Amino acid sequence: MKKTETTENEGLLVRRIKNGTVIDHIDGGEALNVVKILGITGTTQEALSIATNVPSRNMGCKDIVKLTNRELSKEEVDRIALISPRATINIIRNFKVCEKKGVEIPTLIVGLVRCPNPGCISNTNEPIQSKFNVLPKGLHCFYCDWVITKDLTSHII
Amino acid sequence: MSFESAMARLGGTSLSVGSVEACSIAKGETLADTIRVVSGYADAIVIRHPKEGAARLAAEFATVPVINAGDGAGQHPSQTLLDLYTIRQSMPIDKIDVALIGDLRYGRTAHSLASALSLYDARLHTISPKGLELPATLAAELSDKGMEIIEHDDINEVISDVDVLYVTRIQRERFPDSASYFNVASNYRITPELLAGARKHLIVLHPLPRVDEIDPGVDELPYARYFEQSRNGVPVRMAMLMRVMQ
Repeated sequence: MKKTETTENEGLLVRRIKNGTVIDHIDGGEALNVVKILGITGTTQEALSIATNVPSRNMGCKDIVKLTNRELSKEEVDRIALISPRATINIIRNFKVCEKKGVEIPTLIVGLVRCPNPGCISNTNEPIQSKFNVLPKGLHCFYCDWVITKDLTSHII
Repeated sequence: MSFESAMARLGGTSLSVGSVEACSIAKGETLADTIRVVSGYADAIVIRHPKEGAARLAAEFATVPVINAGDGAGQHPSQTLLDLYTIRQSMPIDKIDVALIGDLRYGRTAHSLASALSLYDARLHTISPKGLELPATLAAELSDKGMEIIEHDDINEVISDVDVLYVTRIQRERFPDSASYFNVASNYRITPELLAGARKHLIVLHPLPRVDEIDPGVDELPYARYFEQSRNGVPVRMAMLMRVMQ
C-alpha cells in the first residue's frame, strides 16, 4: 500500500516526450486557452497532453501543455504571454531540453482576436485579419480604436 | 459636397462614387477592391463609410493618399480641423472650456474634436442623454492625456461657464419611438432664452445638418457660427487636399 502511494507521488502526471514542445508555468486554469491560442483543435496531427492545476512551489498551482513532434515558433509562443506571462517554453529533442525560453508580450497581435465592436470594418468580409496593438491599458484595435481591457480569451478567434 | 467644392476650387476635378446601389459595392465588391481600383483613377481618395476603421483599411490598400471623411461612429478628422479653425478665428484654443451636447456616443465629430482639444489643455463639459454618453474608452483615453471632463445633466448648469458650445444632432433612430425621441430631444435644444446667460464671447458650433437642436432664432445672434463653420470647410479641405497631393 505504501509503495503504491510513493509511486503515485513520484510518477509524472504526463509522461516525457521525445520531441516537441513543453509549455510550463502556465497560470493555473489557462491551459485550455493556451491551446486555443495556438490553434490546436484536436483535428491537427500533434499528440497533445494537458495537465491542469498541478502543484507548483513558485506559483501555487500551474498548468502544463506538452506537444509532441511540433516545435513552436517564437511568434506563436509570444501570443501565450497575453494570458500567461510567466509561461516558459522548452523545446525537446530526443528527450533533452535543447532550448528554454520565456514568453515576451508582443506589440502587435494579428488574426488572433476578434474586435468586439460590431461596427468595426475588421468584422466584415474584407480581406484583412484583425489587428491589435498591445498597450498597457489593453488591446487596441488598429482599425476602429476599440480597446479590449478584460476577458481577452472570450474574444479569441 | 465640401470636398468636391474644395477640389474644384483648387482647379481639379472629382469623381463621386455616389450611391452604393450605383457602383460595384452593390454587386458585393469588397472595399479593399474598390479602393485598389479607384487608386488607378484618382490622385487622392476621400472616403466616408458606415463602418469604423474603413478609412484605415482603405489606406492599407490604396496607392494614393486617403482622407477620412467620416467612418461610422468613429472619427471625422476633417470636420475637426475646420472646427478648430472656426474656434481659432474667435479666440485662442488653449485652455478654453468647451461644452459638447447631444449624441456623444455615435457622434463622430464629437469624438474627433474631443481628441483634438486634449492637445490644447481644454476643459470638456459633456451633456448627453442616457446611453448616448461619450464612449468609455475614449473618455478614459482623454483622461489619461490629462484632460478634465465634466459631465452635466443639464445645459443650464454650464452655459455661463463655457467658451464654445458644440451641438450635435440626436438621431431619432436611437430611440424606441418618436415620443421618447421628442421628449429627450426637447431637453437638448438650444434657444435664445438659454443663451441669455452665456458669456459674451461664446460661439455656438454645429457640424450640420441640424434638425431641431438649435432654434432658428439663434441664427440671428452673434453667438451663432455654424454657417461660417460650414463655409470654413472648403478652405480647410482645400488645404488638406493640397497637402496630401504635394
